[in-house]
Amino acid sequence: MAAHYPALQVVLALLAAPVCLILRRPNAAWAVATVITWISLALALSLLGRVWETGVILYPMGDWAAPWGIEYQIDTVNAFMLVIVTLIGSVVMPFARASVEAEIEEERIYLFYCMYLLNLAGLLGIAITGDVFNLFVFLEISSLSSYVMISLGRDKRALTAAYRYLVMGTIGATFYLIGVGMMYMMTGTLNMADLATILPAVADSRTVMVALGFLTVGLGLKLALFPLHLWLPNAYAYAPSAVTVFLAATGTKVAVYAFIRIFFTVFGGVEIFTAGVIPEILAVLAALAMIGASAVAIYQTDVKRLLAYSSIAQIGYMVLGISMVTVTGLAGTIVHLFNHAIMKGGLFMAMGCILFKIGSVQLDQFEGLGKRMPVTMAAFVAGGFSLIGVPLTVGFVSKWYLVQAALEKGWWLAVAVILVSSLMAVIYIWRVVEVAYFRPPPKGSAEVSEAPLSMLVPLWILIGASYYFGIDATRTLDIAFAAAESLFGGPL
Amino acid sequence: MEFLGLLNYWIIVVLMMTGFYIVIAHNNLVKKIVGLNIFQVSVFVFYITMAKVKGGTPPILAEGIEIYSNPLPHVLILTAIVVGVATTALGLALVVRIRDAYGTIEDDEIEAQENEL
Repeated sequence: MAAHYPALQVVLALLAAPVCLILRRPNAAWAVATVITWISLALALSLLGRVWETGVILYPMGDWAAPWGIEYQIDTVNAFMLVIVTLIGSVVMPFARASVEAEIEEERIYLFYCMYLLNLAGLLGIAITGDVFNLFVFLEISSLSSYVMISLGRDKRALTAAYRYLVMGTIGATFYLIGVGMMYMMTGTLNMADLATILPAVADSRTVMVALGFLTVGLGLKLALFPLHLWLPNAYAYAPSAVTVFLAATGTKVAVYAFIRIFFTVFGGVEIFTAGVIPEILAVLAALAMIGASAVAIYQTDVKRLLAYSSIAQIGYMVLGISMVTVTGLAGTIVHLFNHAIMKGGLFMAMGCILFKIGSVQLDQFEGLGKRMPVTMAAFVAGGFSLIGVPLTVGFVSKWYLVQAALEKGWWLAVAVILVSSLMAVIYIWRVVEVAYFRPPPKGSAEVSEAPLSMLVPLWILIGASYYFGIDATRTLDIAFAAAESLFGGPL
Repeated sequence: MEFLGLLNYWIIVVLMMTGFYIVIAHNNLVKKIVGLNIFQVSVFVFYITMAKVKGGTPPILAEGIEIYSNPLPHVLILTAIVVGVATTALGLALVVRIRDAYGTIEDDEIEAQENEL
């Protein structure tokens, strides 16, 4: 049984999705989805434990040996991604029940859970597979289901946001497909480990370089790398709250993982970083995202949109870590994948609670919210501290390692960019805090009314985790450093 | 003769750029989906082309035939076609909903309405 955990990890969610479709009753669909996500979390944790103790797990799908069959290859990086995705996925479920009831029409609720499970299966598939074409298929499963989930939003702008995301996402996925095709032309294989051994021999050909270009742009679209981020703000702002929490915390993270996988595993034997200007290009784009998106965030009046722009800036941090091509930098990126997932998940959950009670997340609706929804707003402030990078929070941990990596490389400008971007985070978080705490509540508003416990508890679990792993970061950092070292092919 | 030998690839490039241009330049949401389709089809042709082995027959097992074209890209593209169909269906469904909500499927008119909100 335990030997088949890698397959079950994906298959469970994939099979449960049509079950939700058949059940149709909102509560039954919710129950199925909850049970499945929690089992998935248990599977992911056990896989991580096994990888940590015994090393890489290879699982040939259907017993077809690689490189002909599809093989799941689970090392520390994958296992960590699986835990991030399932952790967020299972914490969102209790939250989703009340939030989804309030935001999605009743006859569509079961469809939401169906799409949610499909999305989970897609994201887990991307994280677990060791086959570049299989990755494309899972990428499309997760993308198609996320377009549907975004379009379930109440605002009619959710429809156009989903449409625009569909167009840009499909272009991204097709670019990725072109890249895979070109690699296949030169090597005759789709298995990542196999590609890594064959590619160096043909790396000088123009085809392989063009393939790398297509892969980079394609995945760049998916992970919303500046300036390919245009789909993201509206998609996050108008999607139902539970969807925003899940996508913001996992969707782009898994794309970052795929990016790392292509660059460091598939092209691991090719000197793409030392020969070309790729690190410089990535670093510049990352810096632009960190400064530019933060600046735009400051001027937003819709707080969900504000947080969406802040996500683009945070993706900048992750790409900056990749562009350094050092173990410390990459470990900073990997630990930030986890850290940003829990803090941004928490912040978007706070938005969900406010939407539930107030019905709007426009900044002017936040007046006096510090008194009216003290528990939610306290969580928002605590999560905001983490976003800024105050010590004792997870945000501080990842920024600390990114700054250290930048100093190792002597990239003083990058250090400055990280600091400036953090200061800008202070400004946009402060704008919300100022309205919520220092302006009187509008007359005639209810005194204290909080969202139900089923929403507040998941919110505080994520916010609490962002302090727990900020105070004692040894566990996440150990995993991140081990993962980064394995990506560089052993300790440097 | 090199041009003729690479004819398929020229067609792929032309198709790809045509599709891409339609997606970017056209205002009509349905036309954008059509452009996206042309763009995807060019990639399908790309895969099929590279599977061709010189002198090879279609990959069907038969007596007396030694050289077959590579069947794997065909299978891959079958999957990609399914994905493409799903994307088109979903895209068109969204266009229907957008038309219900906005009363138009012209991108600039939708944008004008959104800016008023």
